[in-house]
Amino acid sequence: MTTIDKTASVPAPRDGATHDGPLLDVRDLHVEFRTREGVAKAVNGVSYSVNAGETLAVLGESGSGKSVTAQAIMGILDTPPGFVTKGEILFRGQDMLKMSEEEHRKVRGSKIAMIFQDALSSLNPVLSVGYQLGEMFRVHQGLSKKEAKVKAIELMDRVKIPAAAARVNDYPHQFSGGMRQRIMIAMALALEPDLIIADEPTTALDVTVQAQVMDLLAELQREFNMGLILITHDLGVVADVADKIAVMYAGRIVEQAPVHEIYKRPAHPYTKGLLASIPRLDQKGQELYAIKGLPPNLLKIPSGCAFNPRCPKADDVCRTDVPVLVPITEQDGTDLPGRRSACHFWKETIHG
Amino acid sequence: MGRFVIRRILQMVPVFIGTTLIVYFLVTQMGGDPIQNLYGEKPVPDNIRATLTAQYHLDDPFFVRYWYYFSGLLQGDFGESIAQGRPIVELLAEAWPETLKVAGVAFTFELVIGVVAGVLAGMRRGSFVDNLVLVSTLFVIAVPIFVLGNVSQTFLGQEWGLFPVSGTDDGFSSYLLPGMVLGSVSLAYIARLARASVAENLRADYIRTAKAKGLPKSRVIGIHVLRNSLIPVVTYLGADLGSLMGGAIVTEGIFNIPGVGYQLFTSLNVEDGPAVVGFVSLLVLVYLISALVVDMLYAVLDPRIRYE
Amino acid sequence: MSDTTQKTDTAVDNPAGPTAPAPAPAKQDKTRSLAQDAFRDLVRNKMFIISAVLIFVIVTIAAFPGLFTSVDPLACDLKHSMEGPSGSAWFGYNFQGCDVYSQTIYGTRNSVIVGVLTTAFSLVIGGLVGVLGGFFGKWTDALLSFVTNVFFGLPLLLAAIVILNNFRDDKGMRNAGVMAVVLTLTVVGWMSMARVMRGAVMQVKQADYVAAARSLGASTSRMMFRHVLPNSITPLIVVATISLGAVIGAEATLSFLGIGIRPPAISWGVMISEAQGRISSGLHPLLFPSGMLTITVLAFIMLGDAVRDAFDPKLR
Repeated sequence: MTTIDKTASVPAPRDGATHDGPLLDVRDLHVEFRTREGVAKAVNGVSYSVNAGETLAVLGESGSGKSVTAQAIMGILDTPPGFVTKGEILFRGQDMLKMSEEEHRKVRGSKIAMIFQDALSSLNPVLSVGYQLGEMFRVHQGLSKKEAKVKAIELMDRVKIPAAAARVNDYPHQFSGGMRQRIMIAMALALEPDLIIADEPTTALDVTVQAQVMDLLAELQREFNMGLILITHDLGVVADVADKIAVMYAGRIVEQAPVHEIYKRPAHPYTKGLLASIPRLDQKGQELYAIKGLPPNLLKIPSGCAFNPRCPKADDVCRTDVPVLVPITEQDGTDLPGRRSACHFWKETIHG
Repeated sequence: MGRFVIRRILQMVPVFIGTTLIVYFLVTQMGGDPIQNLYGEKPVPDNIRATLTAQYHLDDPFFVRYWYYFSGLLQGDFGESIAQGRPIVELLAEAWPETLKVAGVAFTFELVIGVVAGVLAGMRRGSFVDNLVLVSTLFVIAVPIFVLGNVSQTFLGQEWGLFPVSGTDDGFSSYLLPGMVLGSVSLAYIARLARASVAENLRADYIRTAKAKGLPKSRVIGIHVLRNSLIPVVTYLGADLGSLMGGAIVTEGIFNIPGVGYQLFTSLNVEDGPAVVGFVSLLVLVYLISALVVDMLYAVLDPRIRYE
Repeated sequence: MSDTTQKTDTAVDNPAGPTAPAPAPAKQDKTRSLAQDAFRDLVRNKMFIISAVLIFVIVTIAAFPGLFTSVDPLACDLKHSMEGPSGSAWFGYNFQGCDVYSQTIYGTRNSVIVGVLTTAFSLVIGGLVGVLGGFFGKWTDALLSFVTNVFFGLPLLLAAIVILNNFRDDKGMRNAGVMAVVLTLTVVGWMSMARVMRGAVMQVKQADYVAAARSLGASTSRMMFRHVLPNSITPLIVVATISLGAVIGAEATLSFLGIGIRPPAISWGVMISEAQGRISSGLHPLLFPSGMLTITVLAFIMLGDAVRDAFDPKLR
């Protein structure tokens, strides 16, 4: 994968230090799913922020709450069973949870757009891609069908789909996986939103196509100076494009850091485990590390630190007290800007 | 598309031959004596019996007779009724318009009410409307159509006088009640089909995408959900139209409507073999054509289906 | 990281039992098959419980009618003709002065026999045709599909009439016994089962585990009976349950048209067709057998619905 040159917009990771605040600021978000089996606490107090031009990678296993958080931001949670029970989602300082449904809808797609994982199932199979792209302009800008189609072709060109004008009336199944994901990206970009949430945009793709799609996304992000939330479980993708990382586990952020530091010195045993389970060329022949156990059952999250049953460092305190996400420091007490960890033993983890 | 249709039509030919052959065979096995039936209890004069036997090839071997019949069919000759001594095409020309009127009412009834009920129920699963639709359709499916026909004729027709009781003397309104009775079962199936389909599509990933695009709810439901949900419904309706046009023995019998089903049942009762075969051949043809139309409809509605 | 394996194990999708300690339940979850899951769902499903109880009662009535009435259904007395329901005759008397309740009870057996046998035969024939066609494909499939289509072309009621016309008594009157009705309804009813089975088999045949079995050198019969059949039979069972109700309704329709079971044999269809001609002089001889018929059909359709919902992984 090519590294992306970020000199054009180097947003130093900062936590709302600028005068007009971050583009998106999620504060203490709680989401639960009320199912037949009980209440599944999918998100339990997540806070993160993204600035214009910045890329935040949200990392975690399936069921860690990373996608649910994104859906809550978009306001597309299925209610019922999903409910936002607490928290704020500030977009340009305005709490979207307090907006009327109609206001929120107008933000969706035009100001904040989302790219989904599986483009084949995420595109309507019986409508042409031109129609689905054009819909954005027709609904949000009131363009006519004809004008919308012209715009759709432009969009397809912009995401480098060959012979766009000829293929505008084709249906999703007639495109390859990579091309379909480009269409998803084009749809998200249509109205040049301020923020894009990409939910595992490359998981369903071949490795070579993954790189192309990520490059395209990064390029367009730079061009429009958009904020990007990249939801993924793939640490490899993150290293190349993200500015900062939030690692999620059982609906909480367990570690936050600027991207490169986390690889060098993880401050949470879970992050450490994730990093150790990436195959590395220089460790060929050695057995690959795997975090033991399974992700927790959200209906019955373990008491204390949710990670404690799987954690090699777990102690009695981990079984009783929920660790708070705190700023962490060097051994000598100097600040580590942007770094936080929710582990009782972060000191041992990062310095030990 | 053209090649697909031609291939399908070619596939229909052996099926048509096979089905008519079986029907023809079954009719010859009915074992009655159609010529005797013409005369009731009276003896049949020998010369008339001989003429009729020759005219209808009654003494020829089975396959020879079938060949006579089939070659006639190819020239548009459906044969001649023994009981009424008239060409079957003529009988059809009288009966079919009646059947079509009943079918038209039935089709409109099931289409409008079935789809609306099903979509409403599917959108709000577990709600009052949903349960109402589920329970009422179950009952409609469970009650045999002749009970439904009889009861509605007795009450809606005779007792309360809301509809003409039977026959076709009252013009269009004569066909209303029979049409609704005939369409009721399909209505129930359509409502359930639409409900299941809408409920399934509401959970689809592309509906999540449509919401994320910021489309208004009316558009998410009206275009994205419905466009997908109605595919199975429309194809069911296509197949149903085929069977409706084939006449309804029970309904036409109860309401005394001289349609295709009624004629067929009468012909069966008097063992009028040629008439039975003639009617059934046409029904088979209607069935095959409607199956073809349904296949084409499917392909038109769902771009993922390709003609191979 | 293998996300695919984790995905199936997310807590929301695969909730452990309420008592199971979190993250240990992995083993328990893995061993619980779809069938067990479905069964668990069924037992909790009100519709399933109701329909199962109804079917149990109906089958008991069919097997031991004497338990439910001591009145001889054929002991008719014209002086009671069309008398309404009373303490001595709960459902009243019909035109012939026969006890409607007793007849309804005794009529259950024929109706249920027709339903069960027809469905069983259709299941076997349709299932076999479907499995062979779907599994072997090519010419076998082309031939069997042709046969299926030919039979599909026969309008249901019509074929029934023609076939039943061949069953006559000594005097040349149409007189179809129970088995004749079963035969007829099977001849016109097996095709949809064949189609369902064929579709299911073709789908299962493409599944990875079948390919795996094949690459491990499983024999054709082993593949068919160990791998394909058990995995494709569920839709067939569901269709069978639903059509069982429809078959009982069809039996009644044949009697109504005067070509099914005939008196003095009793079935609900016979009773309804006798009663429907005299609706204006009294509704009760029609109402009670129709009611029983409706309840029975309803019970089987509900059962089929519940089974389908339980086995359809898409709905979980």
